[in-house]
Amino acid sequence: MRVPVQWLHEYCAPDLDAHALAQRLAMTGTEVERVEHHGVGTPELFVVGHVLERERHPGADRLSVCVVDVGADEPAQIVCGAPNVAAGQTVAVARPGAVMPDGTTLRTAKLRGLESHGMILSERELQLGEDHDGIMVIDAGPAAGTALAEVVSIATDVLVLEVTPNRPDCLGIYGVAREVAAATGAPLAPPPWLEDRGSLGALSGLEVVNAAGEELCPRFTVRILDGVRVGPSPLWLKARLMACGQRPISNVVDITNYVMLLTGQPMHAFDGGRVAGGQLIVRRARDREQVQTLDGQTRALDSDVVVIDDAQGPTSIAGVMGGARSEVSAATTTVISEAATWNGPNIHATALRLGLRSEASSRFEKGLAPEQTLWGQAVATGLFIELCGATVRPGTIDVGGVGPAPVTLHLRDARITGLLGMAIERERCRELLETIGFSATEAGDGLDVTVPDFRRADITREVDLIEEVARLAGLEGLPATLPARHAAFGRLTPAQRLRRRAEDVLAGQGLREVVGWSFAAPELSEKLLFPGPDGALALANPMSAEQSRLRTTLLGSLLDVAALNRARGAGALGLFESGAVYQPRQDGDPGPAHEPHHLGVLLAGPVRAATWREQHPRQHDFFAAKGVLSGLFDSLGIDWSLAPADGAPFLHPGRAATVLAGGMVAGWLGELHPQVAGSWGFEETLAAFELELSSLEPPPTRIFSDLVSFPEVREDVAIVVAERVSAGELLQTIRRAAGPLLRSAEVFDVYRDEQRLGPGRKSVAVRLGYQAPDRTLTDAEVAQRREAIIEAVDRELGGRIRAA
Amino acid sequence: MSAETRITELRTEGEAAVAAAQNTAALEEVRVQFLGRRAELPNLLRGVAELPPERRGAVGKAANEARRALEALIEARAGQLAISERNARLEQDRVDITLPADPLPAAGRLHLITQTRREIEDVFIGLGFNVAEGPEVETVHYNFDALNHDPLHPARAWTDTFYLTPDVLLRTHTSPMQIRAMERQPPPLYIIVPGRVYRRDSDVTHTPQFHQIEGLAVDEGITLADLKGTLLAFARAIFGSEREVRLRPHFFPFTEPSVEVDVSCFNCSGGLTASAERCGICKGTGWLEILGSGMVDPNVLLQVAGGGYDPEVVQGFAFGMGIERIAMLKHGVSDLRLFYDNDLRFLEQFP
Repeated sequence: MRVPVQWLHEYCAPDLDAHALAQRLAMTGTEVERVEHHGVGTPELFVVGHVLERERHPGADRLSVCVVDVGADEPAQIVCGAPNVAAGQTVAVARPGAVMPDGTTLRTAKLRGLESHGMILSERELQLGEDHDGIMVIDAGPAAGTALAEVVSIATDVLVLEVTPNRPDCLGIYGVAREVAAATGAPLAPPPWLEDRGSLGALSGLEVVNAAGEELCPRFTVRILDGVRVGPSPLWLKARLMACGQRPISNVVDITNYVMLLTGQPMHAFDGGRVAGGQLIVRRARDREQVQTLDGQTRALDSDVVVIDDAQGPTSIAGVMGGARSEVSAATTTVISEAATWNGPNIHATALRLGLRSEASSRFEKGLAPEQTLWGQAVATGLFIELCGATVRPGTIDVGGVGPAPVTLHLRDARITGLLGMAIERERCRELLETIGFSATEAGDGLDVTVPDFRRADITREVDLIEEVARLAGLEGLPATLPARHAAFGRLTPAQRLRRRAEDVLAGQGLREVVGWSFAAPELSEKLLFPGPDGALALANPMSAEQSRLRTTLLGSLLDVAALNRARGAGALGLFESGAVYQPRQDGDPGPAHEPHHLGVLLAGPVRAATWREQHPRQHDFFAAKGVLSGLFDSLGIDWSLAPADGAPFLHPGRAATVLAGGMVAGWLGELHPQVAGSWGFEETLAAFELELSSLEPPPTRIFSDLVSFPEVREDVAIVVAERVSAGELLQTIRRAAGPLLRSAEVFDVYRDEQRLGPGRKSVAVRLGYQAPDRTLTDAEVAQRREAIIEAVDRELGGRIRAA
Repeated sequence: MSAETRITELRTEGEAAVAAAQNTAALEEVRVQFLGRRAELPNLLRGVAELPPERRGAVGKAANEARRALEALIEARAGQLAISERNARLEQDRVDITLPADPLPAAGRLHLITQTRREIEDVFIGLGFNVAEGPEVETVHYNFDALNHDPLHPARAWTDTFYLTPDVLLRTHTSPMQIRAMERQPPPLYIIVPGRVYRRDSDVTHTPQFHQIEGLAVDEGITLADLKGTLLAFARAIFGSEREVRLRPHFFPFTEPSVEVDVSCFNCSGGLTASAERCGICKGTGWLEILGSGMVDPNVLLQVAGGGYDPEVVQGFAFGMGIERIAMLKHGVSDLRLFYDNDLRFLEQFP
């Protein structure tokens, strides 16, 4: 909403400059997006001139040399290019040094050899209109040298307001003036619609039927003006429209726009001679019905759109745009002035569907008060009479009538203090509420407050009144206190602490956290080699196909980020993400989907940066990822293990594992299938894992165990087993056979030699550590356990000890 | 030549040879030559038994003495040579100390969103708030209806909000958790709700996904002044102890009164920087808008299933802020989309 300060001042003129006023409005609940300057920069250098002489320029056919009385001692010589300049005219003159609306500064110039001391101006040069066919000729009267600003507004500050959706009353200059009065204490002029030169009662010559119903069209009012002379608007009206960003068209159209800008009520003018059959019918459109709107376009409608019909069909789209057929033209003599109230959400939907948001629809969609229609009719009637020479027919068609009766709310002093933590004097409340159109009377412990019609929708409860007085009284004096706590304290839950710890550990291992999109492309499932649909939740209205699903894995976004950074030159990549994935709802989910929190890691490139000492560091692979996983679980204090993977098509089939935590499946780990890596442009090995972090049980509180001071006995054994026997199985067998005195068993070498070990066999070297909590172990005790291990390995795995 | 003379000779020769040995290897040769198994001196010693008894004592003693003397001499010489050889070796091991160091494992990073989120969480935990998280896939009921949004509120439009079905959407704010938390627990309730939210918008200042932190305090006697005090403590913790906050009246469907909260600019004084230039961060206003908030609308309390929140008994405040916005202000990040590009050159800037 653009509010020219000069126009505003007609109704309320606080002693503040535009910026101070903007500040004050901002602090009382009216957001000012910015303050603009409209018009010329140096009003004092723009004057009224009288053209004394006009001769053709000796060096150029199209130029005139004028002698212009500008009220100075000597008349000024001005070269002018306009075809319509003539001696005897009263014109607008910019003197040398003048700053034009576009910011340029006018200088004395030589035009084809002759000096020009100023410029005779067109409407467009003054931002008073679009007219640039010739210079602007002013009605005779003002003396030469009169400041131009006294004749027409040529400069004003404009407040650009961001009106919140609950305040459609501020979508008109007078509504803003009300707010300004309350915010600043400056007096408020009476509303411009108090004087009505038309009348209520029956109106002859037109019939209106509301077939759409009160819900869609709460009120529809019409007046008829006869003897209308269509022509250009006066300068003052053009100036105000231009300052509001509206192009002047003709006096009739300009009046409807002006009334809307002043009162907030959009108006429509039909050419009375072109409305067929003497009737207007408000109805729902039929599906695929077409109408040609004022902008010349033909638009297809449906039954949610409300149209206004005459005997020949639709003449306009209600609340959005008029139709071309009944448009006012130069030949119009009878004007049907319509002011209606429409259903806000319906207008919003129509404007959206047709892609046709107008000044009118943006007001209607907020929900206007039915009473506003007659404000608009009153102001418009006066202007049609004054500016178009019209006469108003007696009466007004009024279908629907006024809105619900006003409500009275009780406003308790104690409630104000209780809600705000600050008191506002009762008398002050009354004064503020009355300024913005409420009436208030003393009643017991507070005020009885009656809500004006134009705030009916917004103010329905005591708390709404408290908001009004709080914002207008100002919150600058509000104390800053902390809640007087009755209970409650703050801390992270064990699961939240576990998540933070996990993220910290991964960052501590040198990984960079990324934040990927929750969205995924439908192709992701295929790129990850899933044979069928992955069950991803789909958006009904995605912004793009690539973002039309919700991710079921963090792997997609990790690969996207990896590929992007590789393309930008990153070598080693160690990435992780901590975030939700989305699956169909399961029992126990609070929301409509299952949203486990996952932790994903992706590793690519060398494990360390290459240096002059190590030109070719190892590349990330299965065991690098396993190392990261191991460090993570060790730090979290959670028991874990890996099992052979099944059902992870995106992994290298021979280098894939299922992660078990506390015996439960917690995720997967492996090298990515080369085809998957290739889909993201990687030819090297990519290693990754993903855990369902939210399924991990935070470990229980640890209980202290005594420090053991008896020495550990270490022993290395090399065991030859078949290839198919995994190191994990071997260690399991060893541990089981050796019993609790075996404290540690670590694989430290794997050796293959077909000649010495036989085909399909390998030697696994294990370092064993024995320790007892209460004594030093004897050789005999250790030997006994070694025998047990040898026996078990032979029996369970077909393995044998290699010479130790 | 008598044996004694020969022993003296050998000893003299040996002493000269030891002195002449220039390295450990040469010294070892000398040792083998004079004291090795087949050397003459040990043979003399072994031959003592075959001498006449009266000769044995003198010859044995002389030979023994000579052997011990040579052994001592070799040992001493070996010590000297070891030191000089080690010195020579160390000299050869000299390195160019200006070559690059071995790099430590690359320093990892938490994403700036995570860092900022945790920083904010910690402030509110200190103020006695718990951290609650709620579903991102939400129902229309929790996201709009229960939060007092008009049935035809524009934000509900399919142009503005992502829908999965007509009743299920991606939450457009963290506010739905207000209702869920109140349904889960009776008052008093002090929570913050960090998390992802979604809106159908994409440009320099909008991404279809971003992060918010919601705050909600419901208790007996909570006032707007308590909201101001809480947010003042927050603003000072995040932006510096000199900060002030101001409350600007505004409109939100689920709070009444509603206010927008500005924090005084940390980069300037009243809009002018130390060098008297217009501050680029607050655009010369001296204030930065950081969040929207207000007193919980009674209609919202009435929406809580079970009726545990009677607006005549308890009241509260709520606020919501964008994590990225706080991070952008604090760190001068100019483009929201950088947060989701995940360019390592961006991420690495925030240790």
